[in-house]
Amino acid sequence: MTHAEVKNVNVWYDTIHALKDVSLKFEPNTVTALIGPSGCGKSTFLRLFNRMNDLIPSFRMDGTVMVNNQDVYSKEIRIDEIRKNVGMVFQKPNPFPKSIFENVAYGLRVNGINNKAVVEETVERSLRQSALWDEVKDVLKKSALELSGGQQQRLCIARALAVEPKLILMDEPASSLDPISTARIEELIFELKKTYTIILVTHNLQQAGRISDLTAFFYLGELIEYNLTKKLFLNPDNVQTQNYITGRFG
Amino acid sequence: MTKARRIYEKIVTGILFSSSTITSLTVILIVVFLFREGIGLFNTTPTEKNYVIAVSRQNTVPVITSNELADIFNQDITNWKQLGGRNDSIIRLTLNDLSGIFTEEELGPNLENFPQKLNEYVKTTPGVILYLSKEYIPKNFAGRIIPVKKISLLDFIFGKHWYPTSTPIPQFGIWPMIVGTLMVTFGAILFALPFGMATAIFMSEIAGNRLRTIMKPVVELLAGIPSVVYGFFGLVVLVPLIQRLFGLDVGETVLAGSIVLGIMALPTMVTVAEDALNSTPKSLREASLALGASELQTLFRVVIPYAKSGISTAVILGTGRAIGETMAVLMVTGNSTHVNYSFLQPTRTIPATIAAELGDTSFGGVHYNALFALAIVLFLFTIIINLSVEVIKNRNKEVNQRG
Repeated sequence: MTHAEVKNVNVWYDTIHALKDVSLKFEPNTVTALIGPSGCGKSTFLRLFNRMNDLIPSFRMDGTVMVNNQDVYSKEIRIDEIRKNVGMVFQKPNPFPKSIFENVAYGLRVNGINNKAVVEETVERSLRQSALWDEVKDVLKKSALELSGGQQQRLCIARALAVEPKLILMDEPASSLDPISTARIEELIFELKKTYTIILVTHNLQQAGRISDLTAFFYLGELIEYNLTKKLFLNPDNVQTQNYITGRFG
Repeated sequence: MTKARRIYEKIVTGILFSSSTITSLTVILIVVFLFREGIGLFNTTPTEKNYVIAVSRQNTVPVITSNELADIFNQDITNWKQLGGRNDSIIRLTLNDLSGIFTEEELGPNLENFPQKLNEYVKTTPGVILYLSKEYIPKNFAGRIIPVKKISLLDFIFGKHWYPTSTPIPQFGIWPMIVGTLMVTFGAILFALPFGMATAIFMSEIAGNRLRTIMKPVVELLAGIPSVVYGFFGLVVLVPLIQRLFGLDVGETVLAGSIVLGIMALPTMVTVAEDALNSTPKSLREASLALGASELQTLFRVVIPYAKSGISTAVILGTGRAIGETMAVLMVTGNSTHVNYSFLQPTRTIPATIAAELGDTSFGGVHYNALFALAIVLFLFTIIINLSVEVIKNRNKEVNQRG
């Protein structure tokens, strides 16, 4: 079964044609990397799945986006339902100025889950899954802003996991971190793949090569090539992909 | 660098330096002036220059305070016993009373017998208290000139009576004005806070771009309207409305002042609070929305907590705007210097008092000094307000920049 699917999607910002007739399928328990030069539409594509593009007034789209066999852009569906099922991790760690505990519990609280036992259990599980539990279990009441950048990003991942999404979107999650923190995030992504489907935007081609199963190369709003990561990096079908990954442009 | 260029840059630097020096000096000079004029109040006796208070030699009261004097001449104190003296009822004697006691024949055509008569009178009247110009006091005066206590800071601040021009003894208690100022300001905040916050939230979170570009200048326009116009509006519209609504004798009340000031504090509050709300990083909003929170949940759980200190700054700056406002309050609060703790009674604020009375004072007089001392109190209020803004800003920086 496919977990998420995009069919013939076009996106415009005012008159700018940001995504051109893109179709893609994502299998469960895979990591897919989206690569391409800045402004190629990777982030726009990523934000289709939880309708974060809707926040931009000039955004327009057609085509279908399916997550868990639900049409994300159908009129009957509630936008917060979609977002609950799709976790997102952003480029820069963006914990709320609240305690570590409340950061992870936030997704539960806004969805009306306030049962103390349930919340505590979920917070612990999420922090364990994001490999942060051992570091913070004694300081859960401390402000999340006192954590290091790498810890903050893992906290943001825990926060996304707490609402039990099926699909996790990551928008360059390690781009603002040091190499050691980056390595930890990458290990974590590898672990999370067992439970979740992950779509990852990255500027770092080595990173894409290291952690993803599949890679999609975008250029000027078009999907140029979608292939197994190994194949795409070693022997791409498309000459533009070849040029990009060998650094001839980018 | 050529020589001409170097000279040019020296000149520019010099101009910038001297401008900033002049500005700083001006501020310091004004503060120094304020304190010099105001502090003078506490070194003087409140009686008019060249006038003295005198009592009989048999009187045992050593000194007298201005409040006691006022009570004596208002006939609230009628016996020296009440002031710890002998049991003699008090007999007040001022220049005006002289004709009732001495006939013209007794005093002689040129008042040449006055010193002798006065001495006799003082000797035979142990309860007498005299308030006379120094020139009427005989050389061999049989009575005793009683010293009047200098005005103390406590009397000044907690004194409940403000009668700056009454004779023989003016009274400078500013408690009624402090209460009036605090009440009007507090009322203004109470009024402006919900409206200001709601407007700021609406403008920054809910209104679309087009609506905001219309609303923002309109709100800012409020700040540009001269305060007399607000006062006039209050006087013509609000005051009669309040009078009718509450069935009062006069509509000029603390409430009227609060509402007018509240309106005047709105633009400051809305602008600063809106900036604070807008300063919440987009990434925090997105994080909240991505977790399935609605726009309103995001607003109340993320945006407002993040902007909390900015919002407090907005409130305090609004308070600062309200506390120093003069004209509009003067027009609508009824100018009563009685202590009043009700929102439906007239009052008078500190700045209104200064504005209303400064024209009637003589330069360097006690009343003049008292108004400056009043200005110092107001100045201290605003200093406290500004300091708290700084404290909150710094605390916010610490909280939001850690990590």
